[in-house]
Amino acid sequence: MKHRTFFWFILPSLAAMSLFIALPVVSIAVQSLFVEHDQVMIEVESCTPFKCETSLAVDAEATAALREERPLGSFNGLGTYTNRSHLAFAEVAEAWRQSSGLIEFGSRLLNLPFYKALAFTLTYTAVVTPFVIVLGLAIALGVNALPRIAKGPTIFVSLLPMIVTPLIGSLILFWMVDADGIIGATLQLIFDNDQLSLKASHSLTWIMLIVYGIWHSAPFSFIVFYAGLQTVPTETLEAAQIDGASRWQRVRHVVVPYMMPLVVFITLMQLMDNFRVFEPIVGFSASAKATSLSWIIFNDLRSGDVQLFGSAAATSILTIFGVVILLSPVLVRTWRDFNRKVR
Amino acid sequence: MASVARRRPAGLAFLATAFVAFWLMIAAGPFVWTVWGSFKVESDFFSKADWRYAVYGVRTVIETGEAFTGDGYFGAWIQESFWRNALNTLIVVVCTVIISLTFGTLGGYALARSGFRYAFWLLMAALVCRAMPHITLVSGYLLPFFQWGVWGHLPTAIIVLVAINQPFTLWMLHSFFLNIPKDMDESAMVDGCTRLQAFRHVIIPVMWPGVITTSLFSFLLAYNDFAVTSMLLSQENQTMVPTIAGFLGTVREQGQVMFAVAAVVSAIVPLFFLVLFFQRQIVSGLTAGAVKG
Repeated sequence: MKHRTFFWFILPSLAAMSLFIALPVVSIAVQSLFVEHDQVMIEVESCTPFKCETSLAVDAEATAALREERPLGSFNGLGTYTNRSHLAFAEVAEAWRQSSGLIEFGSRLLNLPFYKALAFTLTYTAVVTPFVIVLGLAIALGVNALPRIAKGPTIFVSLLPMIVTPLIGSLILFWMVDADGIIGATLQLIFDNDQLSLKASHSLTWIMLIVYGIWHSAPFSFIVFYAGLQTVPTETLEAAQIDGASRWQRVRHVVVPYMMPLVVFITLMQLMDNFRVFEPIVGFSASAKATSLSWIIFNDLRSGDVQLFGSAAATSILTIFGVVILLSPVLVRTWRDFNRKVR
Repeated sequence: MASVARRRPAGLAFLATAFVAFWLMIAAGPFVWTVWGSFKVESDFFSKADWRYAVYGVRTVIETGEAFTGDGYFGAWIQESFWRNALNTLIVVVCTVIISLTFGTLGGYALARSGFRYAFWLLMAALVCRAMPHITLVSGYLLPFFQWGVWGHLPTAIIVLVAINQPFTLWMLHSFFLNIPKDMDESAMVDGCTRLQAFRHVIIPVMWPGVITTSLFSFLLAYNDFAVTSMLLSQENQTMVPTIAGFLGTVREQGQVMFAVAAVVSAIVPLFFLVLFFQRQIVSGLTAGAVKG
């Protein structure tokens, strides 16, 4: 295809992507260097018949005018990145000096909003991804063993948790684990504890969110593995059987190696999707116990009467760094493959 | 064609079936429970006394006289004008799908037919964009959109969703067009067609399966979106999902929770039918990227 034709074909798509993906990234990079204006203070002299006092007051008009004139805020350099709600260098150093061991240091670190969110995001990503792969493979093997007629309806039902809007799916589970909902009430009955609430405890909230994540994503890996299972050649399986491989050995040494490219694919997709975990936290109203990077950006943007654009932008930039680090092995690999093909 | 290797001992087959049945219960149970419960009153749906109240609707009979009540739906759709949000969702979703598929087919076709290095780089850039959390992009939009005075309108949200959709659409259609033999459009061009004519007369007639599959996923992305629509749309232009999240702010007033439950069930219904009718396309779409490697 000629360069020129290519350009015209790709133009609409490229324009949309550069205007609304590339440009916003530039925009947040700029925004992150600025901070909201402080309110303009003026000295007001208020006189009573006996004496005059000067006091500081907010000059609402001047503040509004300043915000109007320079909506970005005032230049702050990298200050936003290093302040308490982001990388918090000073606080981290302080915690390092004061704590006696790694565990104490860790718990101090978790009091800082950014590290708290990072901890949950990474834990969520690291736990959900392998569980989804194992559970998905197990379901695929199970469904593959079903009689033909049962497969269609099974796949239909299995797709539901994945297709349903994440926020809505998490709300449904949230209502069920509510202290008065069916699962919550049953758990209280089993443990004979009226006060038991999944929402009240840190670790239970984390577990709840992670279970939701697995529930939501398992269908995806199931479908991919199930499609993959159809392509495993019968001859190889039979050959393995003739050589005396047991059922488990056949799964372990024939089926699983065939599935490896799929495992890589699912891992990649899951890492990307789990790293931006956000809706479940809103749906489960779990923000007091668990926050994610996406959630703190969301929170900055809707908080109070002044939206914290600078703060949200700084977190966004840090999140994008995280995404790039997460994807770098894949990008490097694809780049090598591509070069090999070209040569 | 039952091969020996595929045959299973009865015990294992039973175990596998039991496991699948267990999974189905986990997968479908919450939905069945919520759909059933949405026709009850709150004190049944959140029944501390006995979970069976929700099944039989004991309190519902006492409060409304019938075992099923549509109060939640009436409250959500009429009282809280949820129909308006549903209409907004319809507009946003339909426009997003149509525009992003138009852009995507052109771009995906170009990427599939160009062997130059920059095509590869574009695909890689698209992959990185695909991984970008949507809320990070939203934080970039807000300030400029406020300045230009375009914040809060439906077209703004639509065009943003189209852009966020593009990386995925490009990848999917690109791999789909790779499967259409090059000879087809090239022979048309040998016969004197321009590239656009070849695309128009040769590619468009055979591309529909891929386009339908891709549009299903575009639909899901737009329909399921929360980050973009909740931040970029004003109150009166709000779509369904952020509205449901908003219902939760007013929770725990008597009956209000049931509004949210009814709204949630209403929002699930289209998805249910989507899976029902397009199951095969969804499955093939999910596996398209994977099985081909």
